Amino acid sequence: MELQAVHQNPSEKTENPYLPHMARIVRIHRMVPDNYLFQLRFVDDNVLQNWEHRPGQFVELSVIGTGEAPISISSAPTRKGILELCIRRAGRVTSALYKLPTNAMVGIRGPYGNGFPVEEMEGNDLLIIAGGLGMAPLRSLLWYALDNREKFGTVTLMYGARNPADMLFREELLSLADVEDFNCLLTVDRDPTGTWKQHVGLLPTLFKKATFDPSRTYAAVVGPPIVYKFVLAELLKLNFRKDRILMSLERRMKCGVGKCGHCSVGYKYTCIHGPVFTYWDAINLPEIV
Amino acid sequence: MKILKMPKQNLDLFVSVLPAFGEVYAPVKRGKGFAFDKPSLWSDVQMKYTRTILPPKKLMLPPRETTIAFDPVEGFQDQLAMASKPMVLFGVHPYDIYGLNILDRVFAQSKYPDPYYIARRKNTAIIGMDFEPDDKHFAGSMNSDFVDSGFDLFLSDIGDDYLVLVGTSRGDDIVVMSGCLMQTPGEADFAAYKRRSKDRRASYKTKLEMEDLPEIMEMEYHSKAWEDIGNRCLSCGSCSMACPTCYCFDINDEVELGSRKGQRIRSWDSCLFKTHALVAGGENFREERSSRIKFRYYHKQRGFVAEYGRPSCIGCGRCVEVCPAEINIISVIETIRGERDGIASSAPKSV
Repeated sequence: MELQAVHQNPSEKTENPYLPHMARIVRIHRMVPDNYLFQLRFVDDNVLQNWEHRPGQFVELSVIGTGEAPISISSAPTRKGILELCIRRAGRVTSALYKLPTNAMVGIRGPYGNGFPVEEMEGNDLLIIAGGLGMAPLRSLLWYALDNREKFGTVTLMYGARNPADMLFREELLSLADVEDFNCLLTVDRDPTGTWKQHVGLLPTLFKKATFDPSRTYAAVVGPPIVYKFVLAELLKLNFRKDRILMSLERRMKCGVGKCGHCSVGYKYTCIHGPVFTYWDAINLPEIV
Repeated sequence: MKILKMPKQNLDLFVSVLPAFGEVYAPVKRGKGFAFDKPSLWSDVQMKYTRTILPPKKLMLPPRETTIAFDPVEGFQDQLAMASKPMVLFGVHPYDIYGLNILDRVFAQSKYPDPYYIARRKNTAIIGMDFEPDDKHFAGSMNSDFVDSGFDLFLSDIGDDYLVLVGTSRGDDIVVMSGCLMQTPGEADFAAYKRRSKDRRASYKTKLEMEDLPEIMEMEYHSKAWEDIGNRCLSCGSCSMACPTCYCFDINDEVELGSRKGQRIRSWDSCLFKTHALVAGGENFREERSSRIKFRYYHKQRGFVAEYGRPSCIGCGRCVEVCPAEINIISVIETIRGERDGIASSAPKSV
C-alpha cells in the first residue's frame, strides 16, 4: 500500500469552496415588514480580517439545519468588520433565519459573482437606479461611491418604492438628501400617510429631475422586471451606451461557484458570469429578463 | 509517450496487480446493458461492450454524496476524507475519457476547484480501452474517439496483442509492478494499430455535422421545432443522468431526527426537472417543458462552445439509448438544421 502514499500529494490540497464560515448575527434591523437588515460578524478573526468583496457580489447564507440561500451584500467594502445582508422572507432558509435571535450563528461563504466593474466605472459619472428591493445590492455600490467620492464625477441615486413604508434604508437615505456632491432622488408611487416630503410619482418620472452626460456616465439598474422595462427605455432615449448600463440578476445560485447549474441563464451562469450583466449582455442572452 | 504491447493471454495476470492501486471497477453485464462495477470474477468483465448504462462520472461525482457535516455547536466540517479512496477504472472507452476531461474543465480547471471531484479524480487510475462503434455512437463526429490524455494506460486491440499507451507515471508504476507481461512493439504492431484505427473511423454508422451548429442554433432559437420536441419530452431527466458531461446537482441539508445536527448532501439534478430554474418567491424561469429541453441542447451544443471552445457532447449515444420518448439527438440536430421536416419519426436520416 506504499503506492497509495506516492499518489496522494497533500500539498495540492485546495481550499474547500463549499465550506461556510461561522458568523454571528450582531443586530437585526426590522426595516420593512418581511425585509430585515441582518448585521453579521465572522467568528474567526482570520476570516474577519481577510474578508474582501466588491459591490454587487453575493454570499451563500446557511441556516444550520435548514439549508443555504444566495443573498446579495448590502454593505460596502469600504466599511469593514460587519457584513450587512438585507434579506426578504421568501423561502425556507430565509423563513428559518427570521426565527433566529440576535447572537445566533449562521454560515457564510463567498463572496461570489463578478460584482460591479468599479475600477472601470471610476472617473465617470454614476447613476444608480433602484426599484423596490433593488436597493439591497445597490446600497453597497452607493456607499462605495460616497466613500470614494473623489474617484467619481457626479453621483446620482434614483430610488422608487411603492410607498414610504416599503422603502429600504429609508432613514439613512433621507439623511443623505441634503448632502452636497450627491444627488439623492427618492420617490414613492403613492403616499397614503401624507407625510412624505420627497417626490411622489413612478420611478421614471425622476428622469425629469436630473441631467446626464451619457458619454461619461455608467448607469447601474436593479429592480423588478417592470422597472427594467421603463428605466431601460428612458436610458436608451438619453443615448446611454448599452454596455454602460449595468444590471444585476436574481437567479437560484445554489452552489455559487459555477457548478450546480441552477442559476444558468441562456448558457451563462449568473454566479460566475454575473450577477452583474451589461444591457448588451442581456439582449444577447435568451431568457435574461 | 511510452508505448508497449501486451499479448492478450497476459491480460489475466496483468489485471491481478490492479487491486494494489485501488478498488477495481470494470464493465460487467447489468440486465440487457453494461455497468462499471466491482467484478466478482475477472471472467465477468466484458472486453467487448457497447457502452455502460451510466458513464464513469458516477464514480467521480457520485449520484449522492455527503459533502459537509454540520452541528449547531461545531459548525461545518468537510467530509473530504470519504472522497479519497483509491480506485482503478478499467476498460473506459475513449469518448468516456474525453467526458471526464470535459468534467475536469468545470470541476478542476475552473475558478473554484471542487475538492471532492479532484480527490476522486486524483485517486483513480484510468485504464482505457478501444471500442467498435455501434449504430448509436457518433464519437467520430465529436472528436472524442481518440484521446491523448486523461488515462494512465490505454489498451488498443491489434489482433493477438494490445498496444499499450502509458499516459502517466502511475500508469508506468502499474506496468512495472506487472513484471514482464509487456514487450516492446515493432513496426508491424504500429501498422496493425493504424489499420484498425482507420477501419474504426470508417465504421461509424451515425454522423453529425458540428462545425456551424452554434450559429445555426442562434438562428433557430425561436424555432417551433423546440415546441414539438418539448411536446414529446417527458422531462424524466434520463438523458442527463446517463450523460457523461451533465453535472448539474442539487444541495440539500438533511437533519438528524430530534436535533439540528446533520449532513449537507449533493445529488444529481437535471435541467429537465420543473424545479431547476425556480427561485424563492415562486418565479420559474423555465416553466415550459420545451424551454427546458431547449436549454439542455443550448448548454451542451452552444454554451460549451462559447465557454470552452467545443460542445460538451462526446457522442456516446447514451441519451439516444435511454430516452423513453425516443428523442434522438441526431434527429433533433437535423431538424434544427432544416434537413428534415420534424421529429415525428425519431429515426435519424443518417442511419
